[in-house]
Amino acid sequence: MEHSITLVVNGTKVSRQVEPREHLIDFLREKIGLTGSHAGCEHGVCGACTLRVDGQIVRGCLMLAVQANGCRVDTVEGLSDSKEIAKLQKAFHEHNALQCGFCTPGMLLAAQDLILQSEKPTREEIRNHISGNYCRCTGYQAIVDAIEEVVNGSR
Amino acid sequence: MKAAAFAYLKPASLPEAFAALVNPHAKVLAGGQSLIPALNMRLSSPELLVDITGLPDLAGISLQAHSIKIGALTTHAQIEACELVRKHVPLLAQAVRHVAHAAIRNRGTIGGSLALADPAAEYPACAVALDSVLVIRNKATERRVKAERFFKGLFETDLKQGELLVAVEFPLAKAGDKSVFLELTRRHGDYAIVGLAAHNERMVFLGLDSKPVLLQKKTLRQTKDQLPRNPPADLYHSSATKRHLAGVLLERAWNTP
Repeated sequence: MEHSITLVVNGTKVSRQVEPREHLIDFLREKIGLTGSHAGCEHGVCGACTLRVDGQIVRGCLMLAVQANGCRVDTVEGLSDSKEIAKLQKAFHEHNALQCGFCTPGMLLAAQDLILQSEKPTREEIRNHISGNYCRCTGYQAIVDAIEEVVNGSR
Repeated sequence: MKAAAFAYLKPASLPEAFAALVNPHAKVLAGGQSLIPALNMRLSSPELLVDITGLPDLAGISLQAHSIKIGALTTHAQIEACELVRKHVPLLAQAVRHVAHAAIRNRGTIGGSLALADPAAEYPACAVALDSVLVIRNKATERRVKAERFFKGLFETDLKQGELLVAVEFPLAKAGDKSVFLELTRRHGDYAIVGLAAHNERMVFLGLDSKPVLLQKKTLRQTKDQLPRNPPADLYHSSATKRHLAGVLLERAWNTP
């Protein structure tokens, strides 16, 4: 049986019918057309589907769309448009902190989450916070460099 | 990997939840951080998910006369941020930092972790080490079970059909208590290869058998000798490696001031 849900996605209210088995990540990609967040491993290991729900980062593949009823959901598109992650994006670009780009949306959301909750995280804390996000291209060094530059406020 | 079809219900009250849980093919959905992967991989195909996150009074951390009571729906992130836990249940405060990753800690719950009883999870071992009490309800009554008797085997607990784990009570730490939580993982936040929750004389290993393994502290040598002879191997670590690593953790805990 389909359920009717209403949620706020990147500041816009949307209402749709969903099957209970539909994941939030698939709902956003296929029904709302927001393909910035990626579906990778689909069992909570890789972090490519990282989203923000009611201000907290979550795995989009480990949450059902029906569970997001009444929630505020933010994706990489929303955070890009609002310029909230502009400094991070610039630093990622300048440090070559991405190659294929598949992990980048999730990486940006995880990094921004750390920036919001921690004053001056160390490299170790940065590594811990992005430990749930796999990158198979960069070896992480450049990603940590980029995040470190932003948290040190040198730009 | 997409889950098979199921029905979904989000009850607003406990009686409504208990009525739904009469269905033997129903499963309780809390944070979903273990259940949803299992659904995605089709290791589990329930007919009905009963989402208990709308139930009142199942979340929150409170100081009781002799314990810290943590509601089943309390998330790992809430436990991590809680001053009461840091002060009165230091073992749990150490352990929670090892539970998965930030995005998962925001949704996963302590009740879900305990009720699932994954042998490599942190909370079951902590609950046994601290001699904590699990509070279980069905539609008529409430009962309380010591952690040591709650965990029965691989993903197997004392919970019966139609029951809900509603809270867990951890005794307050006393001055002079020694709590040490250690675990070895390939990546920070992954399930442990092996881990140790040690509280005073109670040394409890995770990832070493189908349920938490409680050893009584004697001399280091004698305690080590109590380790299971042939712990089950996993995909990457042989039985001998696991036993060796358990001994390493035991020594580290021993030498922690």
